[in-house]
Amino acid sequence: MPQPLFSVQHLVKRYGDATVVNDLSFDIQPGECLGVIGPNGAGKTTTIRMCLGQTAPDGGRIDAFGLDMPRDALAIKARLGVVSQMDTLDPDFTCAENLLVYGRYFGMKDRDIRPRVPKLLEFAALSHKAGAKPGELSGGMKRRLSLARALVNDPQLLMLDEPTTGLDPQARHLMWERLQLLLQQGKSILLTTHFMDEAERLCSRLLVLDHGRKIAEGRPRELIAQHLEPDVVEVYGPGALDLARAEAHAPLHALAARVEVSGETVFFYTQQAAPLLHALEKHPALRTLHRPANLEDLFLKLTGRQIREDA
Amino acid sequence: MSTTHNPSTPSHWAAPRLSLRWWPVFLRNLLVWRKLAVPSLVGNIAEPLMWLVAFGYGMGALVGEVQVSTPQGSLAVPYILFLASGSICMSAMNAATFEALYSAFSRMHVQKTWDGIMNAPVALDDVVLAEMLWASFKSLFTVTAILGVMLALGISHSPLLLLAWPVLWLVGITFSCIALVFNALAKGYDFFTYYFTLFLTPMMFLSGVFFPREQLPGLVQWLAQWLPLSHAVDLVRPLFMDQWPQNPGWHLAVLLTYAVAAFWIALALTRRRFAR
Repeated sequence: MPQPLFSVQHLVKRYGDATVVNDLSFDIQPGECLGVIGPNGAGKTTTIRMCLGQTAPDGGRIDAFGLDMPRDALAIKARLGVVSQMDTLDPDFTCAENLLVYGRYFGMKDRDIRPRVPKLLEFAALSHKAGAKPGELSGGMKRRLSLARALVNDPQLLMLDEPTTGLDPQARHLMWERLQLLLQQGKSILLTTHFMDEAERLCSRLLVLDHGRKIAEGRPRELIAQHLEPDVVEVYGPGALDLARAEAHAPLHALAARVEVSGETVFFYTQQAAPLLHALEKHPALRTLHRPANLEDLFLKLTGRQIREDA
Repeated sequence: MSTTHNPSTPSHWAAPRLSLRWWPVFLRNLLVWRKLAVPSLVGNIAEPLMWLVAFGYGMGALVGEVQVSTPQGSLAVPYILFLASGSICMSAMNAATFEALYSAFSRMHVQKTWDGIMNAPVALDDVVLAEMLWASFKSLFTVTAILGVMLALGISHSPLLLLAWPVLWLVGITFSCIALVFNALAKGYDFFTYYFTLFLTPMMFLSGVFFPREQLPGLVQWLAQWLPLSHAVDLVRPLFMDQWPQNPGWHLAVLLTYAVAAFWIALALTRRRFAR
């Protein structure tokens, strides 16, 4: 294993009696995209805040680029690019001014920032908006400007807290494209997200958090293979819920490894979908959807289908 | 708050750790303000001048002259001069206060500008320092414009006005620091109403801006002598009259003490606010 770029060991954070991050350890290797997924309140944002030195851990240590957080916070932040959950763009500045002013916070000289500005705007697909203020931009444009701003200091590691939340599919795909481009250029990324397709598409490795604890870690496909059957058959329609009663439908249940109900839908998790689909043909009123198990299934299996009180 | 504390975490009350990183933050505020400078200038000087004209000429006609004690004994000065020298201190106070309350709060809390800045290698201490210096700069700018108008109106031609200028900058610094304490505690803009009605308005009336403090009852007079604005007025008024202030070292020391103590408290409270 090469020396990790970023290493978190036994991190603990408490607010009063509540432990919001509990003995969390992980590494980020150079060039990888590590995804952090978990329900609301799982401790994702608190973890990022500690990684940025914004709040002090109650235990554990954070090592970045061989430096210690929070002791060397400024030296570490000089090599980071951050996109926080909420845009913090300057509403009074144009896109170009936003980048210039932000570069100054890194101690960069204007003559070094100015040549970078058009390139960053082009990267963010905002060249035509250089003179526009954030208030005139769409949600996707604002997020891309935030990303461009985070790149002004040519960081080694990007920390992105839910970078595509609230974006429409087009804007989300453009953001993914840009992040993939950055990974190809050798940047490393720490990403939190609620979107499983985003995590699966971008992340080489995933961390699943719940109640402040790490409950799973690994490559997306490997995690799915490890925790789930390969196939899922979703059944809905009149009388679908009746199928979930094991005693009444024993032969059907014998074909599935696991049966779950959520709302009006029954989920059959199985090693072999064909016999199950064949058996379901006896119920012509029902609609079925056969698909491979995905990250969302894994996420729901690990963290439950119930809506959280604080969600 | 957590019960077990990481020993490596410094206290919120630790000494300020300041560096030159405040400069790009100051420059950011300057750049925003440059876009809005003309309308903001009009707003900043129109109100104090209305006070001056209405009270100075209106009340001045009734009051005539006011006795001011100086090292050379009691001197009679026209009311407009008396008021101008006091109200410019009040303007320095108000301009600094507005910037360090409403504008700083917008940047800190509403726009989250500070959060963005602190994702770059700029520490909170330097952001607070930048806001303090920025508010004092804006105050100095307002004061300079009003001084210019007062000179044009011929209210005072004292060469010592040149000294009043840096003193008024210090007044701006002091009130910026105090306002930042309340900024650190605020949950919303409404909170600032308390500061204005409970602190600034009484201070305006008790510090000898509109009438000599000697007119006040004994106990109130004793209290009033500890108000920072009183010390500002005691320094600036003689300079308008082409006189040296009495005990300038004492007044400067009080203003400085208020500034340093308030800055320290503001910083500690802001650190606490951001650590949550």
